[in-house]
This record gives sequence, structure tokens and C-alpha cells, in this order.
Amino acid sequence: MSHLSQMLQRIITLLFIFIATIASAQPAETAQALHDNGKIYVVVVILSVVFSGIIYFLIRFERRLKDLEKNQD
Amino acid sequence: MSTRTQPSFFAAHWYKILGAILVLYSIIMGFLGDVPKLPILNETIRNLYFHVTMWFAMIFVLGGSVVYSLMYLSKSRIEDDIRAEVMANIGILFGVLGLITGSFWAKFTWGDWWANDPKLNGAAISMLIYLAYIVLRNSMDEEQKRARVAAVYNIFAFVLLVVFLLVYPRMNKVDSLHPGNGGNPAFGAYDLDKNMRIVFYPAVLGWIFMGIWFANISYRAAILKYNQLRKAAQ
Repeated sequence: MSHLSQMLQRIITLLFIFIATIASAQPAETAQALHDNGKIYVVVVILSVVFSGIIYFLIRFERRLKDLEKNQD
Repeated sequence: MSTRTQPSFFAAHWYKILGAILVLYSIIMGFLGDVPKLPILNETIRNLYFHVTMWFAMIFVLGGSVVYSLMYLSKSRIEDDIRAEVMANIGILFGVLGLITGSFWAKFTWGDWWANDPKLNGAAISMLIYLAYIVLRNSMDEEQKRARVAAVYNIFAFVLLVVFLLVYPRMNKVDSLHPGNGGNPAFGAYDLDKNMRIVFYPAVLGWIFMGIWFANISYRAAILKYNQLRKAAQ
């Protein structure tokens, strides 16, 4: 399971880098990257964080469930 | 007898990772991707990625529930009944989310929280039919009998769902505001934009995988509870 969460963490990091690249690819000053397009990128980042949090919760919950299943035997 | 080996598909992790990635992708591209500029809809067209996917995932999960009901009827394994139950629950969750998001979307495009529309009413009726499934289950104590009656009811419920949600709103004489019905555009070759397809289809797949994940967690919790009750009864 830790292998899974490690993998997920890596993927999520990659996705954030991806967002940052999209944001900075706009014809704007680097410092203004997240100000572009009516600051919609800020919303995207926040929603992604919320969703990642839910996924993290699911993974932890499943790990606890696995412990319970082991204890049952 | 207490532990049950899971079919390899559910024990695997790949579909959970893929589901999470696809939904995250749809959240990112759902806001940043290009969409056609249409009157009335404006930016709400992006709801396609979040509202319509709920219904697709619901139909898939409820279809899975029926498969397990059929398997219960042919093999009488209580695990199949439990799987059918948890999948029906997850399907209802998706359906209720679809109703709420659809109602909100309708308020700002059609001007009303609830239009008296065959698609909407059909969706509401199907949800009530599935709520009755839960009530029916809770009304019976005897395990095997409950499982058998619920399985048969589940088959009827799914057939009615398909009729109310997919067949009836599309019939020629029926007039519906909802896209894809009564001659309105939705998924025709010319209607759904190319840029939207590359977000929408992954989003549907992602939510289906998420639904399977939810159902799997829910199933394992239900099995734990079931084993505990059996142990207590002995």
C-alpha cells in the first residue's frame, strides 16, 4: 500500500508540474502565471488539492480496512 | 469461511490509480480546455464533465449490481448479494449527485430548479425505484430470502431505469428540453466538440473506476460486518 501512495504522490506532483507548465506557457510575465485568464488557474489548483485530499483519505481508509481484514483471521 | 478471496480485478490497484488520475485530469482540463461558445449555456457547458459523468458512472455501477444479482440467483452465494447491494448504493449516490447538479444547472440555463421534463422526471422516478430497493432489503430479516427477493427486484429496477432514463425520453412523440432527447443535440457527431470529447470520455472512465473503488471499499466493510455478526451469532 505504501508503494501505491508513493506512486500516487509522484503522479500528483507531476500533475502539478504539468499545471504550472501550462500556466507559465502563457504569454505573460513569469510572476503573473497564476493571474492569467481571470485567475481560473487558482481555482483549478484548489480543486485539484481538494480532490487529492479525498483520494488520500480513501487510500488511508482502505489501508485501515486491510488491517481489520488481517486481524479477522 | 470468514475471509473471502477477492476476484483479482478488485484486489488490483491499477484501476484506482487510473480513476484518480483521469478524474484529476478532467478537473484540470475541464476548466482550462477550450469549449464551444454557445448562447445560454456559456461556461456552464463545462458541467458536461461533472454532471453527465455522474449519470454514466451510475448506469455502469447499477449495471454491475444487476450482474451480481443474476450471479446470486444462479449460485446463491451471499457475497454476490452483498456486492449487488453496495453497488446499488454507490449507484444511488451517483444518481442523487446527478439530480442535484442537474437541478442547479437547470436553474441557470432553463430558468427553473425543476422543469417538468420527461428526462428529469424519468431520472427522479428511477431514483425512487432504487430507494424502494433499499427499503425492500431492510424490510426482510431472513438472509437468503432477502437476497433472492432483492435480486429479482434489482433486475426489474434496472430495466425500468433503462426505460425511464434512456428509452422513454427519446421516443418520437415525447418533447424534452434535455440534450439528446426530443430532437435536442447531445452526443451526435456534429454536436459534441472535439476538444470536449478528449476530456469527457476520460472523465466518464475515471468516474466509473472511482465508482468501482467506492463499491469495493464498501463491500469489504460490509463483509467485515457480516462476519462479525455471524461470529456473534455462533
